[in-house]
Amino acid sequence: MTNRTPTTKKLELVCPAGTPAALRVAVDAGADAVYMGFRDETNARNFPGLNFSVDELAEALDYAHERGVKVLLAVNTYAAAGKGDPWITAVDNAARLKVDAIILADVGLLDYAHRTHPELRLHLSVQASASNAATINYYAREFDIRRVVLPRVLTVPEIRAINQQIDIETEVFAFGGMCPMAEGRCSLSSYITGKSPNMNGVCSPASAVSYVQEGRDLKTNLAGFTINKFGPHERAGYPTLCKGRFSTNGDPGYLFEEPTSLNVTNILPELIEAGISALKIEGRQRSKAYVREVVQNFRKSVDAALSGERLIIPMDNLTEGGHNTTGAYNKKWM
Amino acid sequence: MDVMTNCKLSFGPLLFNWSPDKIRDFYFAVADEAPVDYVYLGEVVCAKRHKNNGHLPEIIERLEKAGKRVILSGLILILDDRDMALMEDAAAMAPDYLVEANDLTLVSRLRGQDHAIGPYVNIYNETSLKYYETGGASRISLPPELPADSLKVLAAAATADLEVQVFGRMPLAISARCYHARAHGLHKDGCQYICDQDPDGLTVNTMDGQPFLAINGLQTLSHRYGNLLAELPELAAMGIHNFRLSPHDVDMVKICSIFRDRLDGKLSLEEANKILEEELFALDFANGYYHNIAGLKQVEG
Repeated sequence: MTNRTPTTKKLELVCPAGTPAALRVAVDAGADAVYMGFRDETNARNFPGLNFSVDELAEALDYAHERGVKVLLAVNTYAAAGKGDPWITAVDNAARLKVDAIILADVGLLDYAHRTHPELRLHLSVQASASNAATINYYAREFDIRRVVLPRVLTVPEIRAINQQIDIETEVFAFGGMCPMAEGRCSLSSYITGKSPNMNGVCSPASAVSYVQEGRDLKTNLAGFTINKFGPHERAGYPTLCKGRFSTNGDPGYLFEEPTSLNVTNILPELIEAGISALKIEGRQRSKAYVREVVQNFRKSVDAALSGERLIIPMDNLTEGGHNTTGAYNKKWM
Repeated sequence: MDVMTNCKLSFGPLLFNWSPDKIRDFYFAVADEAPVDYVYLGEVVCAKRHKNNGHLPEIIERLEKAGKRVILSGLILILDDRDMALMEDAAAMAPDYLVEANDLTLVSRLRGQDHAIGPYVNIYNETSLKYYETGGASRISLPPELPADSLKVLAAAATADLEVQVFGRMPLAISARCYHARAHGLHKDGCQYICDQDPDGLTVNTMDGQPFLAINGLQTLSHRYGNLLAELPELAAMGIHNFRLSPHDVDMVKICSIFRDRLDGKLSLEEANKILEEELFALDFANGYYHNIAGLKQVEG
């Protein structure tokens, strides 16, 4: 394919900061923005050992801002009925510390943030699953959101069409774990394990996982259910429940999704042309080494794309199961 | 025997791909025989199945003549022009019917008018409940994931009529991807409407043969059937008086009668459960979500 006309458009590279150390790595590796959550159920990566205290966020803001990097705070779970204080406190702290934007999904919180902190820039989380222009315009009108993180159910032409019908920025997922379901609208995890992304900020939590050796096979298990079995020469993956092998009538297969990672480096020029403003790298639960390598690679790929070149970086060593996909961005995925 | 006063039963929207004639026969029987107060109609899972609703005008007429209140339900996931057109059709009915929005696109179209909100809209707390009520939602069917503690808080705060699903497979996820097509090696665009082979959804088993989930086109459902017969008195005491039965390819008239008789105190819990289990002998029930544990679990009273 020929190179496209160079564009002067800016494309913000939004990178995961699971911990203060990972934040510094992401900033130093070339992030334009980093995102993180507080260390509680208010964010969708509520894993042991991850996330930030209020003081750590304050320090992170200094470190990032001194280097011209933006800080986006994810408060992207749904506040629990009658127990909303942690969510309100998170929004208030975000406003007080002057984060560059807060990423919200719950309309109650969007409404609160918009009314109470009009100066606070709001981004609509992927967990709100705003999948068409009419809905995005609605959120923009109601809560003055400035950017929407698009759900991973849209093709590139659909993203282009949406951008032509809205006045706010769009951010799309670029690399890492992939939900085959509409995000924020899935309770498979709580059906099986009792904990869900919307209510607890976790999916297929490690506390429900076990690995069982069965002869030569390794069985991965979630809350007593077999998610997958791996032979001696297969690389065993984490038992995320929608990425397992299941059967309906015949042989077991990857019914919902293969153990694969999203990687858009090969379609970056098309995404830029579709009018996106930001690329999001998933992976607040990943290691510093992972974050460094992915961010560095994406920095190169984005800079190349912005100057009209296509720099495809497979990163097979960093993807789940050694495979990657462009997911719903390509209609064939559906 | 305990009587739960003022409680209404509804049939939620049909989730499965049934033929137009099967749909007509089902709802005619509901109109003529089922002790149900509200009936939700309309395709919610996949816009391609809308073709099955050819008999809708006759069905609505028959239900209304029988004194049932008809509510029209919108799609869960609105992506393309076909979805959008179906959403607009539903919105256009709003002056004449209560329309239930199952996604924010339809919510935004109905705001300012009297409308209903379905269990696919994320309402987890009293602040979002208030937001939707202020926008005109007078009837809200809550997400199946909510535990009793949350339901209690929402019921205490609500001005809208709240509804909870008390029977049937629970909706768990929606996708742009069609799992029925995928299970049959087909693409979504050439799906051959293969989901019509499974009138209650297709069971998904683990590699060790454990029943796990059920697929229904773009939707993923629980394998187990939700059954909150035991929880009805507590729900009624909280102030939740609307109970949804999700239609399945079983004798729904009979199932509806069991729930009605239980609410009216004509059946004890033990009697009601016994008749339900005899009717659906091969099925496993679940009420775990209500008890704040894994949704598939069954807590015995």
